[in-house]
Amino acid sequence: MTEALYLASGLLALSLFLMPLSITGLALTNVGMGRSRSASHAMTSSLCVIAVALLVFFACGFRISGPFGLSYYDAGILQPTSTFFFMGMAPADLFTATFGMFAAALCSLIPLGAAADRWRMSAACVSTVLLAGFVFPLFGRAASTGFLAGLGPHLNFEGGFSDAGGSGFIHVTGGLSALSVAWLLGPRRGKYSNEGLPAAVPAHDSILVLFGCMLAWVGWLGVNSAGAMLTRRAAPATVIVAAIDTTLSACAAALTAAAVTRIRFRKPDASLIANGWMAGLVASSAGCATLKPATAVLTGLVAGALVVFSVEFLEFRLKVDDPCGSVSVHAVCGIWGLLAAGIFSDVSGQFMAQLVGVATLLGFIFPMTYFLNWLLNKFIPYRVSIDGERQGLDLHELGADAYPEFVVHTDEFVQR
Amino acid sequence: MKLIGFLLLLSGWGIVLAALRMLRGNATPIFILAGVIIEIIGVVLVAKGHLSVVKEDR
Repeated sequence: MTEALYLASGLLALSLFLMPLSITGLALTNVGMGRSRSASHAMTSSLCVIAVALLVFFACGFRISGPFGLSYYDAGILQPTSTFFFMGMAPADLFTATFGMFAAALCSLIPLGAAADRWRMSAACVSTVLLAGFVFPLFGRAASTGFLAGLGPHLNFEGGFSDAGGSGFIHVTGGLSALSVAWLLGPRRGKYSNEGLPAAVPAHDSILVLFGCMLAWVGWLGVNSAGAMLTRRAAPATVIVAAIDTTLSACAAALTAAAVTRIRFRKPDASLIANGWMAGLVASSAGCATLKPATAVLTGLVAGALVVFSVEFLEFRLKVDDPCGSVSVHAVCGIWGLLAAGIFSDVSGQFMAQLVGVATLLGFIFPMTYFLNWLLNKFIPYRVSIDGERQGLDLHELGADAYPEFVVHTDEFVQR
Repeated sequence: MKLIGFLLLLSGWGIVLAALRMLRGNATPIFILAGVIIEIIGVVLVAKGHLSVVKEDR
C-alpha cells in the first residue's frame, strides 16, 4: 500500500467515524420539535429505527445497493464487492459498506420527523425495513454505479448524475418517504380547525433542536467528505473543499431563514432557522465535491428561503402536518441541492443529468414508497389510537414520561 | 385523483427513460423536460387528492 493510499484510508475512516453525529443531530432535532409528552417515544423510536436500518442494510441492503462508488480503489489493488451480511469482503471494502450503512440510518430517520407524535413505534420499525433494506439501496445503486451514474454517453458528458453526499439517495428518498407517511397518517389531532386553519404547535425544546443542528454540522462534514471521496474521486487534498462548501451553505441558509422569518413574522423563528441550517446542509450534499465555495453560498441562500416558504405552503395550503419540517428540509431542499449541482456545474449536460435523477426520484421512488407504506398500513396500522394521542405516546407506548416532574399535559393546542 | 397523479408520475418517468434509451442529440433534453413536467402535474394531482381526503375527514 502506498503512502497516499494510507493517507486516503485514514481520512476516509475519520470521515466515516463522524457520520453518526449527523444521525444524532437529526434525532435530537426531531425530538426537540415534537411535543414533550412524546419526547421519550421519539428518541426511543429514533434509536430503534437506527438499529433496524443498520441491521437491515447489513443483512441485505448492501447487496442491493452495491458499493457506493468504485473510484477509491482505482489503483486496482482492491475491488469492492457487495454481498449479503458483508460476507467474504476484504476489510478495506468495508469502507463503502460502512458509508452505505450510516447513510441508510440517516435516511430512515427522516420520516420520523414528519410523523412525530402519532406514528406507532412498531410500524415505524417495519417501515424502516422497507426503506433501508430496499428503497434506499435501490436508488443508491442507480445513483452511484447504476444507470444514473452512467448517463455520460447519452448527454455528451462524462460525469453522470452527481450526488456525492447524498442529497438524492439519502435526503430526497427519506423526504419522499416522510411525505408518504405524513399523508397516510393524516394531521395530528387538533392541528387543523373545522375551517382548516392550522394551530401553531411550537417545539417543546428549542435548545435540543439547535444543539442537534450543531451536532449535525459536524456529522455532515463526515458525510460529505466520505461521499466526495467514495463517489466523486475527490483526492484527500481536495476533500477540504467539500467541508468548506458544506459549512458555507449551512451558514448562508440559516441566515437567510433568519432574515426571511424576521421580515415575515417580525421576529426570527428558532425552529425555522434550525430548519434553514439543516436545509443548507442537505442542499450542499449533492455538489459538495464539485461546487465552488461561492456557489455553495448561493445554494445555501436559496435553500434557506425555500425551506421557510415550503414549510408554510405544506402546512397552510396542502394541509400536510409535518411537525419537524422534514419534507421541506429533506425532499424540497434535497431536490434543490441536486439541481444546484447541475446549475452551477462547469460541465455541459450536468443539469440534464441531475434532472433525470430528480425525475427518477419523483416518478419511481415516490410512487413506490407511497405504495409500500400504504400496503404496510393495511396490515400494521400506522397511527396510534385517539386515546393514545391524547395521553401522549410516552405514556401510551412506553408507559413512562420523558419528564415525569413536568407540568401535567393538557390539550393546550387543541382548538376549541 | 390520487391514482391518476401516481400514474402520471410513472408515465413521466417512462418518458424520461424512453428519451434516454431511444433518442440522441437535441431531442433528448426536450423529452426529459416533457417527462419532468408531466411528473410535476402528477405531484399536483396527488396533492389535490390528498387535500380532498383531509377535507372529508374534517
